[in-house]
Amino acid sequence: MTDVLQAHNVTKRFGGLLAVHDVNFTIPEGSIVSLIGPNGAGKTTFFNIIAGIYDPTGGEIRFRGTRVIARTRRAWIEPLLWVLPALVVGVGTWIVGQSGVDDLVVALGIFLSVVALMIAMVIGVARPPAYNRFLGRFGVFRSARPNDMVVAGLGRTFQNIRLFQNMTAVDNVLVGMHCRLKATWIDALLSTPRDRREEAQARERALELLDLADLRDRAGELAKNLPYGDQRRLEIARALGSNPVLLLLDEPTAGMNPRETGDLTKLIGRLRHDLGLTILLIEHDMRVVMGISDRVTVLDHGERIAEGTPDEVRRDPKVIEAYLGSPAS
Amino acid sequence: MSAPAVRWSPGGFVPPETRARIRAFSDAHRSMSILVAMSVVSLLMILLPHVPPLSFLSTATPWYDSFANAGTFMLLAMGLNIVVGLTGLLDLGYAAFFAIGSYAYAFSNSPFSHQNLPFFPMLIVGAAIAALFGIALGAPTLRLRGDYLAIMTLGFGEIVPIVFLNLDKWTKGTNGISGIYRPEPLPILGEFTPITSFNYMVVMLFVVTVAMMLIYRLQDSRIGRAWVAIREDELAAAANGINTVVTKLLAFALGATLSGFAGVFNASKLTIVSPDQFYFTVSFTVMAMVIIGGMGNIWGVAAGAFVVYMIQAVLLKQVNAIVELLNVPAFNLGPIQVNLGAINFLEYQYLLYGLALVAMMLKRPEGLFPSSARRAELHTIVAPEVATAVGALGETPGADEDLGGDPGEAVP
Repeated sequence: MTDVLQAHNVTKRFGGLLAVHDVNFTIPEGSIVSLIGPNGAGKTTFFNIIAGIYDPTGGEIRFRGTRVIARTRRAWIEPLLWVLPALVVGVGTWIVGQSGVDDLVVALGIFLSVVALMIAMVIGVARPPAYNRFLGRFGVFRSARPNDMVVAGLGRTFQNIRLFQNMTAVDNVLVGMHCRLKATWIDALLSTPRDRREEAQARERALELLDLADLRDRAGELAKNLPYGDQRRLEIARALGSNPVLLLLDEPTAGMNPRETGDLTKLIGRLRHDLGLTILLIEHDMRVVMGISDRVTVLDHGERIAEGTPDEVRRDPKVIEAYLGSPAS
Repeated sequence: MSAPAVRWSPGGFVPPETRARIRAFSDAHRSMSILVAMSVVSLLMILLPHVPPLSFLSTATPWYDSFANAGTFMLLAMGLNIVVGLTGLLDLGYAAFFAIGSYAYAFSNSPFSHQNLPFFPMLIVGAAIAALFGIALGAPTLRLRGDYLAIMTLGFGEIVPIVFLNLDKWTKGTNGISGIYRPEPLPILGEFTPITSFNYMVVMLFVVTVAMMLIYRLQDSRIGRAWVAIREDELAAAANGINTVVTKLLAFALGATLSGFAGVFNASKLTIVSPDQFYFTVSFTVMAMVIIGGMGNIWGVAAGAFVVYMIQAVLLKQVNAIVELLNVPAFNLGPIQVNLGAINFLEYQYLLYGLALVAMMLKRPEGLFPSSARRAELHTIVAPEVATAVGALGETPGADEDLGGDPGEAVP
């Protein structure tokens, strides 16, 4: 079995706070791995590093075999590359201008140089994959951004629900599918048949996903008007929109009653079974964690203190100490 | 929770079933309904100045003239609506792109530059140049959020007219470029002259109709959804695979494009461009139009721009004329002497904007013509189950590190 995700010595420092310290971590394909630990243990920080939101201070993360997240390297080369084409055109114009040509040619040269700078900057800001490969040749490394991680096959939910409150449930899922849809803004302007077909298919798929999350009959409602449990499941449906390989769930059962928790646990099981997803779970509810996880990793004060099957972890003295404190001596 | 008060809405007198049916039809056939609606509007605009209430006030030509000018502001408002209303980026320097479009046309069509390029291609070129500047401004600044972006755009809006003011050699500074050539004659309508505002109005109606159709298509597409998602929650949008920088850049560029159209049109109509046409007041006016019209609702914003422009340019002028006609004698109001005849009501337009905005925020924050979603957003009836859910949220266990989206924090 191959690993979907491998983290090597991941470290994240916020000023004086060492939030995550030298964490090694792997997620085998098709498994459900849980990350647990007391409050403030660095679970969510670790999650956000994987999702591309924070750059790590050290270490690296490989996702499906490629190194996607690590410390930024040789970033100073990038602005130089942006300025270079503009500089070449500008200096060229200046040299030509010395030999006494028409003012218009010089003006054109200046204009072209500005345009070159702008194009370079826009490419630099948009960071398409080809640009990243190009930078790689100069030894520049920049971590994938959150949206790059989604394109690579990672879906996530948030601990504090972050739905698009004023969009309908189905639109929320459609936003999740955004990066898998191909229509460009020109397609949209012209309303090409391809665009309309794709849109219709996307809507159908979105309804299927809502069905999976038992939200089919809520499709037209604004996200903020949904009950809490539905909002949690809608977030999962939205994350599924991008056809992820690995799904990160940040406390999916937080604030739920036992019945809702049970339903959600079943849903997570279905996701693995029916869709073949690999799941990384942060969870405080030990019944959920022990019930569905294949492996459990325990973090405390940013360090990994235990790793193993649920049973092994449950008996681990270090874990018991982290949760309950050391026995009085 | 008390029952929501019944509110005036533009379609209030139409029975609900009919309204639902019209809405279903217009959702399914957007472009067609816009075409039909704009045809009706065009017909009204052509005919109304010839019938009593309007024809009493002045002849048809001044009416056509003000309709055409209102069209310019409708384009501006629709463009700003993409940036502010749909994508949620506060742009306070929007007039800069208007200026760039105007000057682009002035450079291509004036005795000053010895050029006389055709109008309609220049409409596209001017818009494209404005779009380029939109990208140039957006690329470095769109990583900022909220107030910080607003300040950047404010600065840009100040810089552009000042640059045009000080580039004496190329723009003739304060005097501006005058004597700009009018567009070449249209097939049936004939020459563009100062007394045939009708032509300008027809061209404007055409441009506004096309623009409205295209913006609605964008709004209904995956791009439009991405814009709204960014407005709702930028971090969540990024975490769901939206390339926020590119999407915001596109919104900025398209907003600038519409502004460029408006600029070219404006320059060809006024036949003079000078820096003082593009100061902050223009950005502010357009922003007020967007807010008063109903931020986020495309037709609402266009209607709002039309109404506000007509009030500012026509109604206030008419108030002046009427007061003069009535010849009210000066009277004393306590120690203050009031002479209505001596007041120039046009000078009070910004006071009126201010009052209108304050009243609007207090009484109808969604604007005059809001979209249904936006109205729901600002006048929610909290369902009991949601209320309990909010209670549950409060006691969420394990509220660890929160991903707070500080304004101004650069988006990774």
